[in-house]
Amino acid sequence: MTTCNLIPECCRHSGDDALTVEDYGRALPRWCLGCGDHAILAAVQRFCRDEQLPPEKTVCVSGIGCSSRFPHYMETYGFHGIHGRALPIAEGIKMARPELNVFVSTGDGDCCSIGAAHWIHAIRYNMDMTVLLHDNEIYGLTKKQASPTSPRGLTTNTTPRGSYLNPLNPLSATLGVANVSFVAQAVDWIPDILHEIIRMAYHHKGFSFVRILQRCPAYLPNTFEARVKDPSSVRLLTHEDGLVPTPAIARVYGNQEEHDPLDIHRAREIASVSDPIPVGILYRDPAVPRYEDSFDSDRTDTAETTGTALERELDKITIQASA
Amino acid sequence: MKTIDLPKSSTALREGNVRNLTEHVVEIVSDSGEGAQKCGQSFGTIAARMGYGVWTVEIIPAEIQPPARSVAGASGNRIRFASSPVTNGGDDADLVIALNEQVLLGRVGEMKPGCTILLENKWKDDPDSSVAGAYQRTVDDLDQAGFKVREVPMEEECLKHVSNARRGKNMFVLGLLCGIYEFDTQLAREQIESIFAKKSRAVIDANVGLLEAGFAWARENFDLRIRIPATRPDQPLVVANGNTAIALGIVASGMKTCAMYPITPATSASHYLSEIFEKVGGFVHQAEDEIAACCFAIGASYAGSCAVTITSGPGYSLKQEAIGLAVMAEIPLVVVNVQRGGPSTGQPTKVEQGDLLTTVFGSHGDAPKIVIAAASIEDCFYSIITARKIAETFNMVVVVLTDASLATAQTLFPRPRYDESWHAPPIDQSPVPKGALRYDWDPETGLARRFIPGQPNGMHAVTGLAHDRRSRVAYDPRINQEGLQNRSKKLVTLQKTLKTPPVFGDGEGDLLVVGWGSTRGAIEEAVRRVRSEGEKVSALHLRFIQPMPPGIGDILRRFERVLIVENNWSDRADGAGIDEDNRRYSALALLLRARYLVDADCWSEVMGQAIKPATIENVIREKLS
Repeated sequence: MTTCNLIPECCRHSGDDALTVEDYGRALPRWCLGCGDHAILAAVQRFCRDEQLPPEKTVCVSGIGCSSRFPHYMETYGFHGIHGRALPIAEGIKMARPELNVFVSTGDGDCCSIGAAHWIHAIRYNMDMTVLLHDNEIYGLTKKQASPTSPRGLTTNTTPRGSYLNPLNPLSATLGVANVSFVAQAVDWIPDILHEIIRMAYHHKGFSFVRILQRCPAYLPNTFEARVKDPSSVRLLTHEDGLVPTPAIARVYGNQEEHDPLDIHRAREIASVSDPIPVGILYRDPAVPRYEDSFDSDRTDTAETTGTALERELDKITIQASA
Repeated sequence: MKTIDLPKSSTALREGNVRNLTEHVVEIVSDSGEGAQKCGQSFGTIAARMGYGVWTVEIIPAEIQPPARSVAGASGNRIRFASSPVTNGGDDADLVIALNEQVLLGRVGEMKPGCTILLENKWKDDPDSSVAGAYQRTVDDLDQAGFKVREVPMEEECLKHVSNARRGKNMFVLGLLCGIYEFDTQLAREQIESIFAKKSRAVIDANVGLLEAGFAWARENFDLRIRIPATRPDQPLVVANGNTAIALGIVASGMKTCAMYPITPATSASHYLSEIFEKVGGFVHQAEDEIAACCFAIGASYAGSCAVTITSGPGYSLKQEAIGLAVMAEIPLVVVNVQRGGPSTGQPTKVEQGDLLTTVFGSHGDAPKIVIAAASIEDCFYSIITARKIAETFNMVVVVLTDASLATAQTLFPRPRYDESWHAPPIDQSPVPKGALRYDWDPETGLARRFIPGQPNGMHAVTGLAHDRRSRVAYDPRINQEGLQNRSKKLVTLQKTLKTPPVFGDGEGDLLVVGWGSTRGAIEEAVRRVRSEGEKVSALHLRFIQPMPPGIGDILRRFERVLIVENNWSDRADGAGIDEDNRRYSALALLLRARYLVDADCWSEVMGQAIKPATIENVIREKLS
C-alpha cells in the first residue's frame, strides 16, 4: 500500500493495511482539463478510501461516452459496457452477486436518451446501487450534439440554429416513476457536498440516483460559469435526515431550504426548479422493496441439490408404461 | 353416475374391417377453447404409456380468442403414433376429428387422400340457414374430394350425459379415438383423473362418463377399427416439448440466471423455468426489453457463473450489439434462439430456419461465436448443457438454435441420467497471482483465464473497446490485430476437439442430403425410405455450425451429388430469371459451398411448418432422376 504524506486527510486510515485514495486510482484520466468528470472521480475515490471499500468487491459499471470511461480509472472491478446499457449490466451483476458494491456512471445521453427505457425500469427494480448521472447537457465524445438535457436554443453541431426542444428534467422524470427510493442532486464545483451526497447515496439500500451537474469546458465553457461564481445560484436542501452542511459550506452557500427527504410532493416541486439549482437529497424512502430481495432463491445449491431437483422434475414427465 | 359396461367386441364389427397398421397420424381440431388441445395431448399421453412412439404437433391460431367457426381459428393437435419410435411429425393426416367444418377447411391440405374425417353434425340442423348451408356444402365437397366423412352426433350424445356439451365434448372425442384405436380405457380414465386432479370428483366422473360414452358410441356405430401394435420401452422415457427440454437443460447445466423478454415461440421455456428455477438457486428475470435481457445476462455472467438469455428472431436481432460486447470482453454467455418465420415480425408461431447466417455472422465486425443447432427435442436438453460448458471453458458466446417446431412438438426420449459434471463449478474467488493479465491469451489456444469480481488482485475493467492484455483501451493498431486473432483462435481450438458427425447410411454414394437442426428426423426418414428401394443415398446432419467439425469436406466429396435441405429461403435453380450468377442459396448451402468448394445444390421451403418426410422423399427422387 502506498501512503500519502502530503495531505493529512489522506492518512486518516493509515494503518499498514489501509487503502489510500491513490489505491483506488488506475490509469491517468484522459478527460479534458476542467472536465467535471475529474471532480466526480475524485469524490468517488475519496469516498471509497473513507469507507475502505474492498476493491475486489466493488464494481464500477458504465455505458458509453466521456463519463463512461470512469471504470478504467478506478482500481476496482469495472465494466465499460455499450451505449445506454450500463443499468441492465449493473442489474445482472447485482442480482448474481448481491454482496458486491455497484456504482454506475452514466451520461445524459447514455441514461436519458439511448438508455432511457432502462433508466425508467431500473428505478422500478430499485436494486441496491449508486447511480451517478454525469449531466453536462451535451454530447461530448461524439463532438457537441444536443443531448436530451441541453437547454432550449443551444447551438450545437446538430442544432446549428439552436435546439428546438425543452430539456428533459432527469430529477422530475425519476421522481415520477413507481418505486423511486432515492433522488439527489449535486454539482461538480462543490466537492465536499458531492462527496457527502455520494456517501448518503451509497448508504441508501436501493437505487440511489444522483444527478451531478458538471461542466464541459470543451463544448459548453460558459453554461455554468456564472453560477459557479455565484454561490446564491445554488440552493442547499438541508435536513437532519438529509444534507447537513459543514459550517464552512453553510457560510458560503447561504441560500438554503429545509426539506424533509420523505416529502415526495415537495421533492417534485423542488425538482421542477432549475434556478437556483437545488442541491441535496430531494427524496429518500428506505422502505421501498428491492428487486434482488424478492427472489426466494437458495444460492448455496450444489451439483447434488441440483441433481435432486432435476430428478424430481423428470419424475413428473416420466411416462409410466402400462403394466 | 352411471358407468357403461364397455363391450369386449362390437357386434357391428366385421373382422375384415380391422386394419392392422404400424402407424397413424391423427388430427383433432376445434374452435379455440373447445378443448381439442387437451384432447390431443391426452391421446398422445395415453399412446405413450401404451408403448407407442409419439410425436404431437400443436395447431395454434395466431389470436387468443379467434372468431368461432373460422378457418384461421383452428386449434388443436396432430398426433403421430407408431409401433416404433418416431422422430418427426410425419406426413399428411390419416384421420381427422373436427368439431365444426370450418376449422377443417384450413387442414385439408394436410390430409392424405381418402383420409377419414369424423365431423360433429350438429351444424346440419343449425337454425341459421347460412351455417347449415355451409356445413352441407363442405361435407359434399369433402365427399367429392374422396375423403371419407363420417358425421357424428357429438353434441347430441354428450347432452345425454352433461348439460353443457361444449365442456366435455373433447373427452367424448377422446373416447371415440380410444374406441377406434382399441386403446386401453383404464389408461384413459387415469389420464382424466390426472388432468382434472385439481377439480372435484363430480367433474372427473362427468368426464370419465363422456369418455366411456364416446368409446361405446364408436364401438357400436363404427365398422372402423385400427390396430397398431405397441412395444413396451426397455428404458424409462420422458415426454417433453423442446422448450421444456431447454428449461430442464438449464437446470441441469447449473446456470442460475435466465434473463428474457416475452416473445413467441420462446417464452414457454421461461414459463416452465420460472416454476422450478428458484428451487435450485436460480431465477428468471423478465427484463424491460430484449437488449436489457441480454445485458442483464452478460452482467450476471461477468459477476459469476454463465447466464442464459432466451429469445426468438426479432429479439435476437435486438441483442446483436450486446452479443458483440460479450464476444469482445470474452464473457461467457448462452443465447437460445427459438427460430420463427422472418423477416421482421414474420410468422411468430410458425417454424423457420432463417436465422442461421445472422447467428454465425451477426453483430458488427468480426465477432466469432459458437453456434450449435439442436437436432431433436432430446438434443435441446443436451445442447444447453454443452453450451454452458463451452461458454465457460472458452469465455465465449454460444448460440443454441432451435425452432418453433421443436419448441412446441412433444415426443418421448430416454430419461436423462443426471451427471454432476454437467453442473457449473462454484464461482472462483481465489486470489489472482499478482501481476497476472486478464487477457493473457495462450499462444496455442487463444484462451485466457477470466477474473471474477471478488477475486483479490484481479481488478480490471472489461470493455467493448479494443483492449490490450491488461484490458486497457488499445491505441496501437497491432493490439487490435492481436485481440481479433486470439478471439478467432478460440474457434480453432474448439474445432479440433469436435468429432466428425456420423453419416446416416453408407459413407459414399450417389447423393448426400445435408441438414441441420429440427429437420433431422424427417430427412433421415426420407433417406431410409429411398434406401430401402436400393438408392445410394445417405444423410449428414450438422449440430455444430460454427465451428464446423473436422472431416465434413471429405464426406461431401465422397458423394456424386450433395443436396442441402433446409426450412428457409433459397431460389430454385429453375426459377424465373434465376441463373448461377444471381441464385440465392439456402443458409447452410452458402456456408458449405464457401468452405468446401463443393458444388452443393439446395432445396428449401418456407411454409411455416416442419418439412414432411414425404416432401423430402420427392425432392430426393427428383434429384436422382
